[in-house]
Amino acid sequence: MATSAVLAVREFRFWLTDYRRTWRGTIYSSVLNPVLFLGAMGLGLGTLVNKHGTAHLGGVSYLVFLAPGLLAATAMETGIGECTYPILGSVKWNRTYQAAVASPLRPGDVFHGHQLFVTMRLLMNCAIFLAVMAAFGAARSPAVIAALPTAVLTGLAFAAPVEAWAITRNKDSGFAVVYRFVLIPLFLFSGTFFPVTQLPAWIRPVAYLTPLWHGVALCRGISLGTLTAGSAILHVGYLTAFVAAGLLAGQRTYRRRLHA
Amino acid sequence: MPESDILVRARGLTKRFGDFTAVDGIDFELRRGEAFGFLGPNGAGKSSTMRMLGCVSPPSGGELSILGLDPVRDGSAIRARLGVVPQEDTLDVELTVQENLLIYGRYFGLPRQLIRERTARLLDFVQLSDRATDQVEPLSGGLKRRLTIARSLINEPDILLLDEPTTGLDPQARHVVWDRLFRLKQQGVTLILTTHYMDEAEQLCDRLVVMDHGTIAAAGSPRQLIDTYSTAEVLELRFDPSTHEQAAEKLAAVPAERMEVLADRILLYIPNGDAALASTHDLGLDPVTSLVRRSTLEDVFLRLTGRRLED
Repeated sequence: MATSAVLAVREFRFWLTDYRRTWRGTIYSSVLNPVLFLGAMGLGLGTLVNKHGTAHLGGVSYLVFLAPGLLAATAMETGIGECTYPILGSVKWNRTYQAAVASPLRPGDVFHGHQLFVTMRLLMNCAIFLAVMAAFGAARSPAVIAALPTAVLTGLAFAAPVEAWAITRNKDSGFAVVYRFVLIPLFLFSGTFFPVTQLPAWIRPVAYLTPLWHGVALCRGISLGTLTAGSAILHVGYLTAFVAAGLLAGQRTYRRRLHA
Repeated sequence: MPESDILVRARGLTKRFGDFTAVDGIDFELRRGEAFGFLGPNGAGKSSTMRMLGCVSPPSGGELSILGLDPVRDGSAIRARLGVVPQEDTLDVELTVQENLLIYGRYFGLPRQLIRERTARLLDFVQLSDRATDQVEPLSGGLKRRLTIARSLINEPDILLLDEPTTGLDPQARHVVWDRLFRLKQQGVTLILTTHYMDEAEQLCDRLVVMDHGTIAAAGSPRQLIDTYSTAEVLELRFDPSTHEQAAEKLAAVPAERMEVLADRILLYIPNGDAALASTHDLGLDPVTSLVRRSTLEDVFLRLTGRRLED
């Protein structure tokens, strides 16, 4: 009898086969996105920012400040992107999920298999981001590589809960709402582009509650070499809680949808 | 019959969705090597029954044992030995024909080499060998259906479940599918199929149950059902719509076992159709068309439920 891990890997391999058709296009955008953002914001806008002094940024140039924040935000975008439309497509448009659960795979295996695939996509995108970041001179030391797992964790903190919810959908209209009212506000206000301390005091606690803020803090702390053990444990713990909650919820929502 | 030859046993099997009862306490047994059918109109509970048999829908009540196992506890192990042709295609249309079989075989943990061997054999069986490397998307409904059948056989299943296997296909494509399913049956594959086409049920099923409103109205071989619930022959009469009702009243005088007045036709159930047709002429009736035919499962269904199958 195959174990859960074996069955999840079979679903992961399905996504790999599927991805073989589209991987080239995704690599282009994975390279292009950080080039555009680091170029326009990090270098372009950065020259203006740097003229006003960089004390608020911890004494580093705007590019160096921005890059790890964008790394975490990229992970969030990848995590949400991989777990919205592709999920609805699999359960509703192509019905490949229905094909999978007619085999020995159980709904939970299908869910975990896709989360494995998302982990791989996060590793790819974040590794490419780090390479572009290094090319821009925004990586201060090779130790920045330690930000890779934390960026992946940040992505999964969004991917798991979003996928658990996406499988319950019958229409894609909710996804636009997530992009508009979750992804973009978090992208803009969770410390990616400026320190959260610049926000009005009353709204700051909201920023601290978002998983992205914790992801940004981790990646930036590693990149700038300012991360303390205590805050690392706090941030990793917070993000891990989101992943765990998403994985638990997804087991249920996948079963309800695929084993009705 | 030895116990091991009963592949499925259902007792009081029930499926509820909230307040709605889709399957209302049905009993049946499936024996090794037979083709077993669920015949009924849309909404009769056929697909819900199939989903329970496919171990993708836990029963709400009753007992169900498949291959001697419990579908809730051992669903994964049972599904490893089932082949499923669902009502709606679940092919990955962006992949090629053979990639679909590869992916599916991998779901069952089959080694690549074995999948390759079986793919060649199965595509030959469903006459799709020349399309092996084509993308699935542009294939016709009939070809997709045949591919789905090939895919369902990749694990050499003990039981093949077919949910409305020819719904939506044109008559020619339907006959090709029937031909392939008939061959499988001849090879000794155990089939369970649902259908609302009485000719499909008559051609393919050794035994069937007639389902209506989630219950089993009758069970038996097609022949037994027709013998029990209908007459040897049926006289179908069509009248001008303006005289349809009048004609129905007059026809009561013909000594038929039963008369069904449908919206467009009148059916007389009699042992001898030609004699009955002669007596309608004796009554001075002049039907626009008349047809004497043998009874079918459609007549059985009409008798049991008062409705037609495909309405």
